[in-house]
Amino acid sequence: MDADITLRVDGETRRLTVDTRTSLLDALRERLGNTSPKKGCDHGQCGACTILLNGDRALSCLALAVAHDGAEVTTADGLAPQGELHPVQQAFLDHDAFQCGYCTPGQVCSAVGVLDEVRRGWPSAASADLTADPELTDAEVSERMSGNLCRCGAYANITPAVQQAGGVQA
Amino acid sequence: MKPFAYARPGSVAEAVRDVAAEPNAVFLGGGTNLVDHLKLGVARPDLVVDVRTLTSREIGDLPDGGLRLGAASTNSEVAADRRVRERYPVLAEALLAGATGQLRNLATTGGNPLQRTRCVYFQDVTTPCNKREPGSGCSAVGGYTRYHAVLGVPAALPDASAPETCTATHPSDMAVALAALDAQVQVLGPAGARTVPFVDLHRLPGDDPSRDTVLEHGELITAIDLPPLPVGARSAYRKVRDRASYAFALVSVAAVVAGDDVRIALGGVAHKPWRATRAEEVLRDGALTGDAVRHAMDVELTAAQPQPGIDGGNGFKIPLVTRTVVATLRDLEATA
Repeated sequence: MDADITLRVDGETRRLTVDTRTSLLDALRERLGNTSPKKGCDHGQCGACTILLNGDRALSCLALAVAHDGAEVTTADGLAPQGELHPVQQAFLDHDAFQCGYCTPGQVCSAVGVLDEVRRGWPSAASADLTADPELTDAEVSERMSGNLCRCGAYANITPAVQQAGGVQA
Repeated sequence: MKPFAYARPGSVAEAVRDVAAEPNAVFLGGGTNLVDHLKLGVARPDLVVDVRTLTSREIGDLPDGGLRLGAASTNSEVAADRRVRERYPVLAEALLAGATGQLRNLATTGGNPLQRTRCVYFQDVTTPCNKREPGSGCSAVGGYTRYHAVLGVPAALPDASAPETCTATHPSDMAVALAALDAQVQVLGPAGARTVPFVDLHRLPGDDPSRDTVLEHGELITAIDLPPLPVGARSAYRKVRDRASYAFALVSVAAVVAGDDVRIALGGVAHKPWRATRAEEVLRDGALTGDAVRHAMDVELTAAQPQPGIDGGNGFKIPLVTRTVVATLRDLEATA
């Protein structure tokens, strides 16, 4: 069964007709030609499909496109609109925070979300004090990025990349 | 994936009517569990009624000093709420111990307690499962039981071919905290509104393992209320898992200590969040020493039934859950 929806993707308004079964991930990749979010597990376990949905990081594989009619979607591609890298993207380059790169667009979107959540004072399971302002320690970054798997094992470089983008002095 | 119709009616009442009128209809909240089940074939609805933008997303103060969590508030929003962090740390800690940031941003207050077991056989449509397909049997008997129940399993079971057999556990961390907080669930159904004590929301398998909760078809959670805790109450959540992050609980403990009163809820050990009422009774009015807590847990676990399994079984949960309760109460006492 089909439904007409409108998405705002990386700043551009896109109208499309989708089968109600279509995930936001498939709508982006297969219908709109935006292959920045990746399909890893397609079950919400790997984080490769992470996008910013109305500003918050979310898994596009577990979101039905029809349920997010009108949403503002930002992919890793949209973080560098005129080819100028986002500070998180630059930090991933500076720290060699990837090997094959397949998980990287999801890692980057997730990291942008993490930094915003930290700015808003959101605690994590690694926060010793739930009511204190969180700091970007190694433990905090590992916990907050735990939904993004990297099978090349670039974690040791991803953590300092996120810290650099978050303004932590090395 | 089986085709389905999608509807986003104009009101919550309309959504309830729509689901009640179609036997094979489901509500959609954040979708983090349902969408996965649509892909796996575990859920095969004809109609999906989206309530995410219909129910309230507000976290509001109640006149009695408690908090009302609108069903559409996200797990992230509730965990980050200042009032939750300061007054109900057990709930913030439980939420933050579950899933990941990008899942908590989608998952909702109404949906989280209604997520279904992660039993591998329930999620694998090629295997018999009484919960997914009533009467088909239970593949977990003698199978992978590491994540399965030790409490609330009748002594005569498990029997792989009996239609009552189900040793699945409820996977939610949030639900364990809500059980310890004596939360109240606001429900709207075709027959009107009612309030269900959270501890009564989930059920044991009984004679119908396919039913996780007491909600009737068409009944929708519209909000969850947190009653006020006495001044000076302390609470905490402790979770033991196979990885440091992003894994379901092997066992977990939500504890609230208020004066002489202690409330303990256990996760990962039963078909529902398990209020350890026998242990609570033993501990009432007494000092929370390690010995006292161990004795109370021995009483609680008298009827525990470890399940053998090809993965070594789950007998380890019995000492583990006792130690986790001891550690949780010890830490709470240390902060008194």
